[in-house]
Amino acid sequence: MTLKTEPFVLNIGPVHPSTHGVFRMRATLDGEVIIDLEPVFGYLHRGIEKLAEERTFTGFIPLTDRLDYMASMSNNLGYVLAVEKLAGIKVPERAEYMRVILAEFQRIASHLVAVGAFFNDCGAFFTPFIYMFREREKIYDLFEMLSGQRVLYNYMRVGGFNQDMPDEFLPAARTLVNQIRHRLDEYDTLLLENEIAIARSKGVGILPKELAISVGASGPVLRASGVKWDLRKADPYSIYDRFEFDVPTGTAGDCYDRWRVRVAEMRQSVRILDQALKQVPGGPVKTYVPQFFHPPVGEAYAHIEAPKGELGFYLVSDGSIAPYRCHIRAPSFINLTALKEMVVGWKMQDLIIIFGSIDITMGEVDR
Amino acid sequence: MKLENYGKGIAKGLTVTFRHLFRHPITTQYPEQRLTTSRRTRGNELIWDEIKCTGCATCAKACPQGAIQIVTSVNAVDNKYNVETYKVDTGYCIQCGLCVEACPYHAVYMGYSYERAKYRRGELVQTNEMLLRSDKRPASGYMYPEMAAELPEQTLLVYRDKVKE
Amino acid sequence: MTAPALSRQLSAVSFELSSDWPGNFWLHWIIFSVILIVFVLVMVLAFVYIERRGAGRIQARIGPNRVGPFGVLQPIADAVKVMLKEDIVPFTADKIVHFLAPIVSFAPLVMIFAVVPFGNGVLLVDLNTGILYVVAIASLTSVGVLMAGWGSSNKYSLLGAMRDVASVVSYEIPMVLSVLGVVMMAGSLSLAQIVQSQNIPFIFFQPLGSLVFFIAGCAEINRSPFDLLEADSELTAGFHTEYSGMKFALFYLVEYGEALALSAVISTLFLSGWRGPILPPWLWLVGKIVVIFFVMVWTRMTLPRARIDQLMAVAWKFLFPLAILNFLITGVEVLAWPNGLPWPLIFVNFAIAGLLILAFSRRYKVGWGRVEVRELR
Repeated sequence: MTLKTEPFVLNIGPVHPSTHGVFRMRATLDGEVIIDLEPVFGYLHRGIEKLAEERTFTGFIPLTDRLDYMASMSNNLGYVLAVEKLAGIKVPERAEYMRVILAEFQRIASHLVAVGAFFNDCGAFFTPFIYMFREREKIYDLFEMLSGQRVLYNYMRVGGFNQDMPDEFLPAARTLVNQIRHRLDEYDTLLLENEIAIARSKGVGILPKELAISVGASGPVLRASGVKWDLRKADPYSIYDRFEFDVPTGTAGDCYDRWRVRVAEMRQSVRILDQALKQVPGGPVKTYVPQFFHPPVGEAYAHIEAPKGELGFYLVSDGSIAPYRCHIRAPSFINLTALKEMVVGWKMQDLIIIFGSIDITMGEVDR
Repeated sequence: MKLENYGKGIAKGLTVTFRHLFRHPITTQYPEQRLTTSRRTRGNELIWDEIKCTGCATCAKACPQGAIQIVTSVNAVDNKYNVETYKVDTGYCIQCGLCVEACPYHAVYMGYSYERAKYRRGELVQTNEMLLRSDKRPASGYMYPEMAAELPEQTLLVYRDKVKE
Repeated sequence: MTAPALSRQLSAVSFELSSDWPGNFWLHWIIFSVILIVFVLVMVLAFVYIERRGAGRIQARIGPNRVGPFGVLQPIADAVKVMLKEDIVPFTADKIVHFLAPIVSFAPLVMIFAVVPFGNGVLLVDLNTGILYVVAIASLTSVGVLMAGWGSSNKYSLLGAMRDVASVVSYEIPMVLSVLGVVMMAGSLSLAQIVQSQNIPFIFFQPLGSLVFFIAGCAEINRSPFDLLEADSELTAGFHTEYSGMKFALFYLVEYGEALALSAVISTLFLSGWRGPILPPWLWLVGKIVVIFFVMVWTRMTLPRARIDQLMAVAWKFLFPLAILNFLITGVEVLAWPNGLPWPLIFVNFAIAGLLILAFSRRYKVGWGRVEVRELR
């Protein structure tokens, strides 16, 4: 007598117990094994691309903060680079160094959330999460000193920055970089060789190299699958070609590799910060750009290596004070394309872990 | 013969957690102990200087949300604008600070306090005299370095949490 | 009446047991039962407090400290809150089964403490099959869990309950086998006798046995790293999804009560129970229970969770062979030295335990578990 089982549909609803936002998945399960997965998103759609046509170029910067709300400085940077490319504006040296410092601190902060939330999904009852948030608090304190807000900074402007760093920023930043270096070692002692963490994540949710390239994945997801592609080296923007750093790559493309690639990237960011903090020059921080400025007619696309992947802004201008069209290439959205292939065949508990290891933020996916 | 996965990782993790028992907690007890926010903090309200304001409405034009509403009339005697209503809907405000940057006469400041919740939605809309600077509504140093120099220093977790090298 | 005096009075009462039936017997039974139930409830509240404060300090934060001085009244506040909640029963639930499930889970828990010795001869009843009684009663709680899963008429609760029964049944075997080593060394199944024969605590003579018993016990009571039944970030919220109000409080009590029972049994079997130099015996027992519970809190806060098939693999492929080997080696040692094992054997036992764990770790595999799925459409 053969045993006949019937698959059933489980709705993993928009209200999640894990920390990734409003994302809905309809999974078809056969017992414990997942046979099919259909993602449904759009619950956080706010129409940011349409709103861009009604705000000025400077007035759109607070809205770009709210795209990937875990890494606001990177979003600001991407947008501001696109406008500067469109209008042909050059930025002073001190502002370039400050941009690199802020982007790298933001990368560390975003990866801390990614790794912490990954372990939260694994089941280590908030302990690594809180430890990593302690370091993130320190980064937030520094950003609050600069811009006045803790999460949605609105600090970068077209042409540089409106407010220079206060005197106490650089010593605090240097102390913080040393502390982060030691604390990263502590997190590795806590979790790196932990047999349960390895058993949960090694070999689970493999994204093959060809599939990763063909769906257009980018960022740590792509690098963990074995493709050595980092926009800071492949298409350098700002002054990244002056710093020495490596691009960590994984081999297998499983959750373990994605975790290790993120931790290795944090260490490389610490290396870049060490170099940048020593070399900050003096001088002005902004080239003059009027408050309501009219860029020339044309279009531009600028992309940066945001913590989640390749974040791109495509701007079309028709000479007025607002963009004619702004399109945002969101990395989390495109990384999600391969979710079904990664998840099919694994169990329900692995679904949560695999989904957490891609590290998405719904603000970007839905815009 | 390579020895791995015999429990060393678990033991190392347990020592890290155990050492944390003897460290100071990094949290503060909120209503009794408050940390000092940054000198440039973009607090929950807007502060308006009636004397310096000329009614040019650059702040209203710069606001991405359209939260500022200004009604002026021409003052025939001095030949400048007479501001009749300056209304801010703090419910729409996203505390971005673009109005403060835009004002050419330094007449707008960001607030310094962050505990400004109201019980009724109508109280979020503030006009004229409610927006003036006072002891209960201090101004922050966002975009004004000389005002920032007078405010207390920010408490930084970097210095409070000692990490042994 | 001071505590040592009370315990001496109780010892006196229980020594009169065998010679003076039945009047004194019932008096002893009533007083001791009430004391035991009060002990379980108070210790569970204390455990809730220890867990939350301990978890807070491990996570670099302060635990609850607002209710009462240092937050000691927090568990009472939790209990009051839970009692005031509305008791919701699903419409299609099996009413009798749904109602009885928490009671069936809770009753065996208190019954375990009937044989745990709190002093020299201070027990409710000195059964000569003590440890067999404990193991038998402890597996009744999983019947309550299955009743909860079935009676909730929720397919995810049933799934969770079936997973729980599977894991409990799997982990019974290494648990019982590791206890047998202690039984052979003590020469009797009675818990009072086992404590009496521990001049050196058995944890030194049986490192492998105590480790296997601890891990199997944690898996039996669904405590991290094996708590996938009541996990917050997993999808099915477990067998107690459809419970609210006092019934949920009973399940919560069962969770901490099982931790208490496991700690009590471990301290009795492996850490020589109430024996200790200066303080009164029950204080030693309570102290050892708190220390073992603290180790459980510590591992809960550090380790991630195991997957369901990894849970079963640990039981059958790792703990079961180790328990059998431990049984064999203890048997050989007890035969060779029938009058009590000499203390140099401690080092031999530790060395054997280390070698066996290293040997079995070679069979640890990662990356399995994927099932090939043919295209549905």
